[in-house]
Amino acid sequence: MNLQAALPLTDAAFALTLALLLLAPLAIAGVALINTGLGRSRSAAQALVGNLAMVAVAAIVFAVVGAVFTGNLAGTPGGAGHSFVVAGKPWNWLGAGPFLLGGLGSATPLSQLAVLFELLAVAMVVMIPWGSGADRLRLSAGLAISAVLAALVFPLLAHWVWAGGWLSQLGVNFSLGAGFLDGGGAATAHVLGGISALAVVWIAGSRRGKFPKEGLATAMPGHNAVYVVFGCLLALVGWLAWNVAGAVIWLHAPLAALPVTAVNTLLSASGALFATYTVTRVRFGKPDASLCANGWLAGLVASSACAGLVTPAESIFVGLAAGVFTPLLVELLELAVSIDDPSGAVTVHAVGGLWGLLAAGVFAPQPGQLVAQLIGIATLLGLVLPGVYLIFRVLDRFVPFRVDPDGERIGMDLHELGGGAYPEFVIHRDDSYR
Amino acid sequence: MKYAGLLVMAAGFFLSITAIVLYSAPTPRAGFVLSGVAVQCLGLFVAMRAHMETRGEDR
Repeated sequence: MNLQAALPLTDAAFALTLALLLLAPLAIAGVALINTGLGRSRSAAQALVGNLAMVAVAAIVFAVVGAVFTGNLAGTPGGAGHSFVVAGKPWNWLGAGPFLLGGLGSATPLSQLAVLFELLAVAMVVMIPWGSGADRLRLSAGLAISAVLAALVFPLLAHWVWAGGWLSQLGVNFSLGAGFLDGGGAATAHVLGGISALAVVWIAGSRRGKFPKEGLATAMPGHNAVYVVFGCLLALVGWLAWNVAGAVIWLHAPLAALPVTAVNTLLSASGALFATYTVTRVRFGKPDASLCANGWLAGLVASSACAGLVTPAESIFVGLAAGVFTPLLVELLELAVSIDDPSGAVTVHAVGGLWGLLAAGVFAPQPGQLVAQLIGIATLLGLVLPGVYLIFRVLDRFVPFRVDPDGERIGMDLHELGGGAYPEFVIHRDDSYR
Repeated sequence: MKYAGLLVMAAGFFLSITAIVLYSAPTPRAGFVLSGVAVQCLGLFVAMRAHMETRGEDR
């Protein structure tokens, strides 16, 4: 995944990839709708405005600061990477590009597409923890989280994975397949987002009344299943575009290989939905709409890692497995581990992404690819998760994550925006308090 | 306890990295990397458990 080592794009491939990237924001719109629908009605406007604001902050911060550390414009003036040497091998750990995306217009077409892909990926990253903090995460905290992720964490990870960093060089330096592969942003966007979601839930805590001192967890269902399911359909379009564009940019796939990538994306999501539908029907007697949506999304997330690398049959298997563990893990995390994650992001994005990355290694034909993928997974769990948690802990001191109890009682819409999302409807009082 | 769990996860990461530096043969290398990931799972369990113990506490 080294852009400098890639062959130049043909005009047709450039035009196709650019067109696909212009469709990719539909995935962001889909996730925003899912986040909103799975939250409560009295926080719906804040949830959607928050999504928009966080995307805006992330885009600006990434353009100003983050892209410097990502280093995908390394061919432009001022561009280079920072490395240290261990055991005779270079470990490229930090990119060095120009500030404010200087030289973007004169960069190679592939570098320009790479920057656009990263800009969209960082927008996806910041929305994922926002959904997990629904109904209690303050807007200002969301914006601060967005700024930190876009300025520092995402650029570092993106450099390691996509811009000639040490993870992408595992194949060259240690004969581990083709190095760590992540064609659709499973690691850099989804696992990072899911890990950040876990850190947010750990720090902000659960919604008031969710986990009483005694008895079972209180059910707090999402307020609009239509938003959630429509969000899933929108996400499919975006994901197809995202995975195919990623295959061109990061895996340097030929045009002839792209239809298979798109087919694999749809098959993975379909397999996951089928499995979740079956599991929830067996467990609850009827299929569960929000869990089916989570399953569908987990299939898409898993496909981000491996759609460009596996066969259609393997893709169905990847989706089926994602669809089986998603409802079980959502329930386990809530009931057994007291994780209050309204959007299910920890399971869907973190675990779904990790599963996809592992599957890419399991099914890859190159020797050593599985170990390369495991090293990437170890990096996400052992370096990124503790790092993000510590950064968020410090951030929480300056910009408190959690809204005050009164704000939580009246709802985030009234508390933070001064008006609700549905002013013509009476929002029922919260009967979840015990 | 949460910090202890996170520390164990970081230790698992360094174990995995050490494996690819120290070993060139595929089997011990894969074994050590897997051990590192297993250590991380242990650390995640500890961190999750630490969060669980705060259940029911009002902030």
